[in-house]
Amino acid sequence: MKTVTVSVVTPDGPVLEDSFEMVSCKAESGELGILPGHIPLVAPLTISAVRLKGERPQRIAVSGGFLEVRPDKVTILAQSAEKPENIDVERARKARERAERRLQAKKDEIDFRRAEFALKRALNRLDVVEEKR
Amino acid sequence: MASLRDIQNRIGSTKKTKQITKAMHMVSASKLSRAEENATAFVPYSAKIQEVVASIAGSGQDAEHPMLQERKVKKTAYFVITSDRGLAGAFNSSILREVYRTIEKRHSSKDEYAVITAGRVGRDFFKKRDIPVLKEIVGLSDQPNFADIKDLTSETVQLYIDEEIDELIVFYNHYISAISQEVTEKKLLPLTDLSENASGNNSMYEYEPNQQDILDVLLPQYAESLIFGALLDSKASEHASRMTAMKSATDNADDLIGDLTLQYNRARQAAITQEISEIVSGAAAQE
Repeated sequence: MKTVTVSVVTPDGPVLEDSFEMVSCKAESGELGILPGHIPLVAPLTISAVRLKGERPQRIAVSGGFLEVRPDKVTILAQSAEKPENIDVERARKARERAERRLQAKKDEIDFRRAEFALKRALNRLDVVEEKR
Repeated sequence: MASLRDIQNRIGSTKKTKQITKAMHMVSASKLSRAEENATAFVPYSAKIQEVVASIAGSGQDAEHPMLQERKVKKTAYFVITSDRGLAGAFNSSILREVYRTIEKRHSSKDEYAVITAGRVGRDFFKKRDIPVLKEIVGLSDQPNFADIKDLTSETVQLYIDEEIDELIVFYNHYISAISQEVTEKKLLPLTDLSENASGNNSMYEYEPNQQDILDVLLPQYAESLIFGALLDSKASEHASRMTAMKSATDNADDLIGDLTLQYNRARQAAITQEISEIVSGAAAQE
């Protein structure tokens, strides 16, 4: 199988660099599957899981990121990106509860949107952890 | 002349101070190396995001975005990065002096500017001088994560998008080496100098869904990453500056202890000499 190098970088440092056969992720416009040799592409990602398929499959929870594709290299730039083993489940659960409470309280719009994003991030993290098990 | 006991007390207290400054020196040294690591870890991200932004903005296809356009400046925001604690030599004072001078020079009315501060020293400085502080963050850890300041950076960028501010200038101590840091002024928003640092491999990208939407996502992220970069840089400077300050404090304490010990020995010798001469003269009087 042809492979493509995937690197995931965040402001806190690189998270992963390895070769994979396919990258499957959720862009703002819908699901994207990237195979080796893809034309150069840039797409923003939603708060979601990125699935990397290959000999050593990986799943990564990303938030606030985008994808840059070149024929031989895929780079994911995200404000946060975590492998399942690095996710703090307890913290994510707490974040989920907090966000749910805030959503119930329904204050002004900015708070509401923030809570919504926080909830999405927390759910995404929990999903990624659970899928792995 | 100070008595023997006085001198001894001063030697004792100076030794204690020296112990503390020495410990702080060591702590700062190790924090500095961590801060350097953090700054290095950030480089791949910033280099990549810069490359992508530059190639999109420089592609010439009428990439228009409010963050790329200069508009009439009605209000300038200064993002000032200081530390939470003092004892860092000229770290805080030099940057605050520079910012204060700049504001005095450029603006005549209070409506024209505001500051955003990171660090307690900066916040207190501007509050005391009645300079409007738009946003502030204190209590940042020595090894800040992006998550720690994400709220501040996104709110700051939002201020610009909402046109509450028309220009964002960051002031921070740029880390050159362990013994030299430089106060640096950098204009962050609007992003005007993008196409200049467009790299050679200007590959044409496909945009999904389109260029405009990508810029909407990418530019705020880019601006936030610039702020974070400045913060990391400043943290490294802070530790370096504190390390140097503590090093010289330790050296000064050593000098002082040396001087005091000399003084103490002289005083002791003088006391002994005096005692002997008293005994001798006492004995002479007996004869």
